[in-house]
Amino acid sequence: MVSLSVLNGKNGSHVEATCQPDFFSDLNLDRVIDAITASKQEYNLQPIFWTPLRDVQTIRHRQEVFQDLENEPVMQAVKQFAEGMSVMRRYLNMVERLDFDYHRKGWFLEATLVYCSTVAALARQLESLPLRSHGLSAFREYLTHYIRSSEYRSLAAEGEQVKSALAEVRYCVMIESGKFRVKRYEGEADYSPQIENIFRKFKQNDVQDYLARFPERNGMSHIEAIILDFVSRLYPEPFAALDHFYAEHNPFIDETIQAFDREIQFYVAYLDFIAGLKSHGLPFCYPQVSATSKAIYVRGGFDLALAHARRSNPSTIVLNDFSLNGTERILVITGPNQGGKTTFARMFGQLHYLAALGCPIPGQEAALFVPDRIFTHFERMEDIQNLRGRLEDDLMRMHDALIHATPNSIFIVNEAFSSTTAKDALFLSKEIMNRLMVLDVLGVWVTFLDELASLSEKTVSMVAAVNPDEPTQRTFKIVRKPADGLAYALSLARKYGLTYEQLQERIP
Amino acid sequence: MMKVFLLYPDRDFDPKQPLPPNVDDLTQDLALNILLQAMAQGDKFLFQVARQVLFSSLDDIAPILYRQAILKDCLRHPQIIREIYQIPLEFQERKRKRWLWVSPRHSSPSSILSSARELLEASLDLLRRLRAIADQNVHTFESQGFRRFFTMIQQELDDEYLDLVEQHVQQLRFPQGILLSAQLGKGNEGSGYFLCYPNDAGQHWLQRLFASRSPSYSYTLAPRDDAGARVLGELRDLGLARAANTVAQAAEHVESFFNVLQWELAFYVASINLYEQLMVLGEPITFPQPTFANERRFSCTGLYDITLALTMQSPVVGNDISADGKSLIVITGPNRGGKTVFLRSVGLAQLMMQCGMFVPAEAFQANLASGLFTHFVREEDRTMKKGKFGEELDRMSRIVDHLVPNALLLLNESFSSTNEREGSEIARQIISALLRKRIKVCYVTHLYEFARSCYGEEVLFLRAERLPNGEHTFKVKEAEPLETSHGIDLYRKVFEIEGSR
Repeated sequence: MVSLSVLNGKNGSHVEATCQPDFFSDLNLDRVIDAITASKQEYNLQPIFWTPLRDVQTIRHRQEVFQDLENEPVMQAVKQFAEGMSVMRRYLNMVERLDFDYHRKGWFLEATLVYCSTVAALARQLESLPLRSHGLSAFREYLTHYIRSSEYRSLAAEGEQVKSALAEVRYCVMIESGKFRVKRYEGEADYSPQIENIFRKFKQNDVQDYLARFPERNGMSHIEAIILDFVSRLYPEPFAALDHFYAEHNPFIDETIQAFDREIQFYVAYLDFIAGLKSHGLPFCYPQVSATSKAIYVRGGFDLALAHARRSNPSTIVLNDFSLNGTERILVITGPNQGGKTTFARMFGQLHYLAALGCPIPGQEAALFVPDRIFTHFERMEDIQNLRGRLEDDLMRMHDALIHATPNSIFIVNEAFSSTTAKDALFLSKEIMNRLMVLDVLGVWVTFLDELASLSEKTVSMVAAVNPDEPTQRTFKIVRKPADGLAYALSLARKYGLTYEQLQERIP
Repeated sequence: MMKVFLLYPDRDFDPKQPLPPNVDDLTQDLALNILLQAMAQGDKFLFQVARQVLFSSLDDIAPILYRQAILKDCLRHPQIIREIYQIPLEFQERKRKRWLWVSPRHSSPSSILSSARELLEASLDLLRRLRAIADQNVHTFESQGFRRFFTMIQQELDDEYLDLVEQHVQQLRFPQGILLSAQLGKGNEGSGYFLCYPNDAGQHWLQRLFASRSPSYSYTLAPRDDAGARVLGELRDLGLARAANTVAQAAEHVESFFNVLQWELAFYVASINLYEQLMVLGEPITFPQPTFANERRFSCTGLYDITLALTMQSPVVGNDISADGKSLIVITGPNRGGKTVFLRSVGLAQLMMQCGMFVPAEAFQANLASGLFTHFVREEDRTMKKGKFGEELDRMSRIVDHLVPNALLLLNESFSSTNEREGSEIARQIISALLRKRIKVCYVTHLYEFARSCYGEEVLFLRAERLPNGEHTFKVKEAEPLETSHGIDLYRKVFEIEGSR
């Protein structure tokens, strides 16, 4: 059989990483991926998210699958399928643990029923939907064949017959203390509706539901087993049919369908995650990707982790642009504290990483480079005891990264050497910056040193902008312009949205 | 249907409806707890209801008049109102004394069923008592609300119905065993259990024994089979689950009727309490005339601050103002001259009017407000990080978040925590924007530059009266702002403090 992977197309299966990349927590990608996969634990999706792609071919393959799934009916079909498969797995897990024969076979039957209807529903729905991606259309083709196979058809038809015979069985249990009797049901009337009628007039509003919920049992007591045994004696034929069905059809799941069930969740999980943000107007796009061109740009990008953290109020998320053309390689970010510099640097890294997973990225439009590795250098407070130790640690980490870096790597440096004097920091920063420029890597460097912004034609200066009318108000916009160390003064009314013009806007 | 409908002609009051976001500010600025305590007379429940109703302003004239009519009935027949109010109280008392309550939903259906049955039993004679009161008073009350209520009780709780309820309450004891019906559900587990009437229910046991031709299998538990007995109990519960749910909901329906009755009457009982205290003090009340929100009406005779009267336990100074057609009332004048008291009386009257209550005045008329907001100077906020001016603006900004046209905003010394020029400029921008957006504003202020900048048909200037001998009358009168009042006073005050160190 041809290996068919909706994740990797013809290139077959990648080896999935077993732990998250080093830079994950610096870029807050750990939070993003945790949030994406939180409700999908059963699929073990994290390894897929820990394994960025290097080849542009497979990235585009995934982008196509994503685009197909952005068509709501396709997504709905896939989600229904996943729900069905998940239910089926739960039933089969239960079967393994049950003690009584007809109980176990009963749940086995349920599992096959769910499986058949789930697979058939997916096949039927995909049939009528337009698919552009190679990944999904190949799977659809496979599914169409499978549905027509005799293997599937006998499973489905026989399961239905056995089930409907069992469903018709109806019986009565007469309970007194210490004993019971089981007989066939003979049309006895329901008592509850009468009571309901009498007291209905007192209804003020919806009251509490006192209907006891009995947990789905994962075992059957000997008493219930005796009742079931009595019932099987009162109605022998349907139970004989169940015995036969079990002997014929165990096991029944197709391997390719099973693999698809997990892999497609990579897409579903990501799209679900961004759907909430999209509905609040945050843009996502499919970047052009290249493994060779270092001319990159992003319009309207943002930090996905921040957007997730502020998902209840995403209008506070500021979109930022950047581009590197010709010889430009490194964005040097300066500006006031809390002005969005670190967020910008994280965004730069996230966008490249997410693009390399084949995912739609947080932004309006983009062309990005597919790096071989991403290196981050963020301040690490926690394990450092003294200033000298921290500086040393900074330098050692930087050194280590430079050994492993290639011209195809990406560097993200956030406030390096802030533990030393400005003079030293400038010297060290210039040294490291020169090495990065010689190496020709792409990167972002966040610094309080204005001088770094204009080192050479490879650096591009960007500044965390302040509102000229209201200098204390952070705009969180990072704009391309010379570093200027702007000073700012107070204008409180504007800050609180209380000028005449602002009020005209605010009050309906 | 058993609907109380004493707060709205056509629906229940929703006790869970969210209160306006500025409840805490209103409570503090208008000293509302004093009013609510007077209404509650130490009863926490009355306090809570009065508070909820007071803050849930009506924005229509009709329901206000509906409540006013009911309240007038209540003030005429306080004894009967308290008698009716006693019925739900008695129900609660019985619940507590006899340990009656519907077992929580996680209890076994058997215990839910029997507890609910007992609760129904305990309510029967109270329903009969309510019927008797309705029979006696349906013609003596005048309001539409009470007439409907009494008629409804007579119709819904007729003798035949009350007898039927009694009969079922007895039947639900299940003297004989329990017959369940079930089907095979998923995994061949029993499902769809329900409680049956046996087909042979009416027959003698001998007839039953011989009539039964249907094959059956029976099983008797071994004497020590505790696990088996437990399972059997569980199955019994499975079968009783729906019936138990039904009976429990029925009991809850009856209880909720009593609860709604208690809740809605509580507002009127609290209003009677307040009325009786004002009568003792000899303070007047009036039922106000609300007008449409888009009009600009405000006229009063003898409008007094009810919280001040309740605190002093004596009559207080009232104000006569006519400000029809005015959108902005600017109140200036000396400190401790009665400005804040007047401002508070305006807010209190508006709130009381819009919940259907009487108003502390001899006469009162005002347009409805689409929300009442207060922005009072706060001494205690000085420690906040933002600084006092920032805090003021922040608080103002949060008010603006909720402002809609025809809201009423009461400002007390707002924007005075910076220098006068800045404060005036900000006040000018804010107030002119608010007026443009049809917000009605009452502004107690010392910002002279601002006050001077206000002019036009829709502005009314009031000033706290000071007699030539320097004495305060605590009345506010129509008068233009005076530049000197605040500056000189303050200068002296500061100078005094400086000098005394």
